[in-house]
Amino acid sequence: MTDFRIPKPKFFATTKKGENYELKADLNSEYRDRRKDAIKKVIANMTVGKDVSGLFPDVLKNMQTDDLEQKKLVYLYLMNYAKTQPELVILAVNTFVKDTDDVNPLIRALAIRTMGCIRVEKIVDYLCEPLRKCLRDENPYVRKTAAICVAKLYDLNPTLATDNGFVATVQDMVSDSNPMVVANAITALAEIHEASEAKDIFVINHATLNKLMAALNECTEWGRIAILTALADYRPVDEKEAEIIIERVVPQFQHANGSVVLAGIKIVVLYMRVIKSEDLIRQLVKKMAPPLVTLISSVPEVQYVALRNINLILQKRPDILQNEMRVFFCKYNDPLYVKLEKLEIMIKLANEKNVDQLLSELKEYASEVDVDFVRKSVRAIGQCAIKIEETSERCINVLLDLINSSNTMSDIGNSKANYVVQEAIIVIKDIFRKYPRKYEGIIPTLCKNLDALDEPEAKASLIWIIGEYAEKIDNANELLDSFLETFRDENVQVQLQLITATVKVFLKKPQKTRDIVQQVLQIATTECDNPDIRDRAYVYWRLLSTDPQAAKAVVLSEKPAISVENQSISPALLEELINNISTLASVYHKPPETFLGRGKFGADAVQRRAIEEQEEASRETESPIQVKDENLLDLDFSDASATPSSSKPSSSNLSSAASPPSSSISNNIDDLLGLFGTTTTNNSSTTQAGSSATTQSNALSDLVSLI
Amino acid sequence: MASAVFVLDLKGKVLISRNYRGDIPMSAVEKFMPLVLEAEEEQQAPTPCFTHEGVSYLYIRHNNLYCILFAEAGVGIWKRKRRMFNRSSFSYFASSTINLLYLLEPVLALTKKNSNATTILLFLHKLTEELEEESIRDNFVIIYELLDEMMDFGYPQTTETKILQEYITQESHKLEIQVRPPMAVTNAVSWRSENIKYRKNEVFLDVIESVNLLVNANGNVLRSEILGVIKMKCYLTGMPELRLGLNDKVMFESTGRSPTRGKAIEMEDVKFHQCVRLSRFENDRTISFIPPDGGFELMSYRLNTQVKPLIWVEAQIENYTGSRIEYTIKAKAQFKRRSTANNVEIYVPVPDDADTPKFRSSIGSVHYAPEKSSIVWKIKQFQGGKDFSMRAHFGLPSDPEKKPPIGVKFEIPYFTTSGIQVRYLKIVEKSGYQALPWVRYITQNGDYQLRMPESIKNNKMTFI
Repeated sequence: MTDFRIPKPKFFATTKKGENYELKADLNSEYRDRRKDAIKKVIANMTVGKDVSGLFPDVLKNMQTDDLEQKKLVYLYLMNYAKTQPELVILAVNTFVKDTDDVNPLIRALAIRTMGCIRVEKIVDYLCEPLRKCLRDENPYVRKTAAICVAKLYDLNPTLATDNGFVATVQDMVSDSNPMVVANAITALAEIHEASEAKDIFVINHATLNKLMAALNECTEWGRIAILTALADYRPVDEKEAEIIIERVVPQFQHANGSVVLAGIKIVVLYMRVIKSEDLIRQLVKKMAPPLVTLISSVPEVQYVALRNINLILQKRPDILQNEMRVFFCKYNDPLYVKLEKLEIMIKLANEKNVDQLLSELKEYASEVDVDFVRKSVRAIGQCAIKIEETSERCINVLLDLINSSNTMSDIGNSKANYVVQEAIIVIKDIFRKYPRKYEGIIPTLCKNLDALDEPEAKASLIWIIGEYAEKIDNANELLDSFLETFRDENVQVQLQLITATVKVFLKKPQKTRDIVQQVLQIATTECDNPDIRDRAYVYWRLLSTDPQAAKAVVLSEKPAISVENQSISPALLEELINNISTLASVYHKPPETFLGRGKFGADAVQRRAIEEQEEASRETESPIQVKDENLLDLDFSDASATPSSSKPSSSNLSSAASPPSSSISNNIDDLLGLFGTTTTNNSSTTQAGSSATTQSNALSDLVSLI
Repeated sequence: MASAVFVLDLKGKVLISRNYRGDIPMSAVEKFMPLVLEAEEEQQAPTPCFTHEGVSYLYIRHNNLYCILFAEAGVGIWKRKRRMFNRSSFSYFASSTINLLYLLEPVLALTKKNSNATTILLFLHKLTEELEEESIRDNFVIIYELLDEMMDFGYPQTTETKILQEYITQESHKLEIQVRPPMAVTNAVSWRSENIKYRKNEVFLDVIESVNLLVNANGNVLRSEILGVIKMKCYLTGMPELRLGLNDKVMFESTGRSPTRGKAIEMEDVKFHQCVRLSRFENDRTISFIPPDGGFELMSYRLNTQVKPLIWVEAQIENYTGSRIEYTIKAKAQFKRRSTANNVEIYVPVPDDADTPKFRSSIGSVHYAPEKSSIVWKIKQFQGGKDFSMRAHFGLPSDPEKKPPIGVKFEIPYFTTSGIQVRYLKIVEKSGYQALPWVRYITQNGDYQLRMPESIKNNKMTFI
């Protein structure tokens, strides 16, 4: 305690010697209570991030005590600061070793658990003897702690753990009489197996299989997850064995812990690969549905993980939740991340029977307040139209309703209305592509909104529609003309569409539009710095001046149809993600190696691989550009060529389908640039949003988010 | 598995941390809040799991009333509740006060591996259940002890509150005898200790059904679902074996018997506390178990209903643009006359800037709750078969945005919507004592939402 009465002269010592000084004194006090209070204060300081590592020797002195709470606190301190004082940690070894011999199993376990957490080389050598004892301890609480400690040791020094026979002992512990020990042994082995080079630490054979199944019903919830996860990695030898295991796993669907349920479902989904009986598969699919639905009643975070997994399982087994669409209807108070996932799943479940209900829901959502949710709901309406032909007309009507009601709202000064209109127009463009010339009647309504559009994608979409249907729009040339003044200020996407649309209009009605086309090409070739725009304008110009008939054939050619693919993930990736049900990979919808950084070098390796793949991908996509340069006149410049020639002609990427070729190339360039920028964690969600995205663009964005 | 676990305060500052694996820099936590904020600003919903520079962040929002009281000094309470009711609208309207979005303290786990996300998130929830009891600032010692005992090397260990309490107590040092790990920690029966004694052996069963309802603006029922739970309070000596009999249709069918009275119910999904023998249930639908001591949730079940919504609410809104808005609310109790719903509260959303409220109702009390932007109509007792109406009038400067749904709270005692019945509860203990089971039934609202119809924009007055 500082003495307040006699102020000390400043030059002898600072008046305040600091809190640590006082603590040091208290830690060495002769009174137990004062020492303990001091330890608590040290821990409190540690908690708020103050550096108390200087007190290491003083805290250490208090390690030997009968007071369990005090012992725990000192151990906690040791774990935190051992790294900073590796020399001094040795002083603690004696007490540790003594504690692993204590009569109280709680202290034996505490000592071995803490020793394993002190990641200092010097301590490791002293760990072996106590660990050997604890692994054979009569008390299961100590044994289960020791089993995990072997995994800790393996992490620090694999050779030591193997050479001392610890790994072998843990392998034997799978046969322990106590279920908790079995569970922890399995956890430790799984961990060691994953880290090992040879991958031969934990291989389930017939004997271990029976032990796992026996322990399954005796374990705590967490133990069950460990066992089920281990079983999921096992490949049953034949159909019969798979059936037997499934029979034992299915009761776990009734467990209150959602993670146990999902671990069980994972096994069934995986083992179904070897089951040939159609009947059994139907039964199992039926059994999996109720527990999956119940997961959607859990806490929101778990709901989210469940929804991401359901999304995967649905792609594998589209029949699984056929009649459960209503379960996924969004509640007003659902967190946004839950709503967006539900939306994705509802589109996957949409069919002729339930689409009416879905449409009225989507319309409801489109009037909510979350911009992101509203946009995705509007987009979902378009996806319904493209997925189910019979419903396209109803979808168009709903979209028109939304545009009209938004317009009335914006009349009274509501700003939110605008993005509904913009999104609706983007979506309608896709519907036009899917069902050409079917809904021309609504074009005038759309054109009325031209002035309200300020987002490039919406503008580009409407301009595309104008160009495509120029013959039906009397004032098409006037509409395009209105853009000419601002051409220089427009977004690249819009500029490109303007050039193409103008050429289309010219080819369709040459008499009125000669001036416009001249003007546009003039500006684009002389005043634009963007090579994509300039080059495209040049190509059109030459095409038009050389052979207008050829230009017609090229520019006005039929475009391939687009479709919403049921599988937004490639089959190979889907299989890998199914193998990873319930893990982070299944949540991110990305293979594990893409987001795991294994230390500094590991991360570099991933990055290198990503760059290589990216280069490869861009080599593929670049090919059309080269062709363009060499062989200008032969190239089909209609939208069909938006798809790089190397990829399949599906061209189902909605956005790039309607946008001209160079824009997709410039996207690639953006992606390439983004590769070296910051990590785009949300990239996957944007990509997933348009479930229509081709696998190629998926691959690209996956690559981008690697880094 | 989890590399480290953090309890953060509202600003993202670390209150408690525990480094389990030492394989990630603890400073990674500093990026958490900026990343969440960044996602929010980009109009992306921050998801409960995300990855950044090789580290995955998994987090839940911790709903600790103490912390809210502490941090928000009272005013926080309604804001927090409101956030829970209508988070999305709130985030939209209150963008200027964006910090209000973070009124729930995050509990965060970091991992470097492709860990089991469900397990980690559920573990964090179990952890916060434990923390709920403690105020973090005053009890950091016990929280460290819990963190040490509940998870080892990132793998969940024991999370049973009752058992943890047996060997983690702050007063342990005052005890003469040192605490030891209870047998239960590692036993097959990891949820119950031996040597429990009661003079009077009793069991209380509460069958609670929550009705989830979603009705669209046209008055069509979109979803109607019952989430039931059976909660038990067990005061039983020794290691009793219990068997619970329900009027479960599948059970009757499998045994070929028929219910003696009433009809059997068909549960779509059932979930059990870990004490229930699942394989036994799978075999012959017998619910057999050794219960934990004291209160716990034995089981939960889910079923869809075709029954009429218990409390039906119809709203008619007339909007006289720029001057006033009028609501006519009709509520009807669509259950049998002999039952009564207690403490009925009907929440009707109104525009944020509504003013000068006037009410008239045929029963109960009505008040305006501006903090919830709602009218609250309270009816103490609402007998089955009755219907009541209420009218509200507001002065209104602006046009109403699209509003949240109407919400209803209620409790109907001695009644289950599903018709579930406890047929018997057999209690067998080797000492052979007699124990008394008590059963109560209650139905209450769950997520009970009726979407608001569009307002009528005319000058006609319609009376109902």
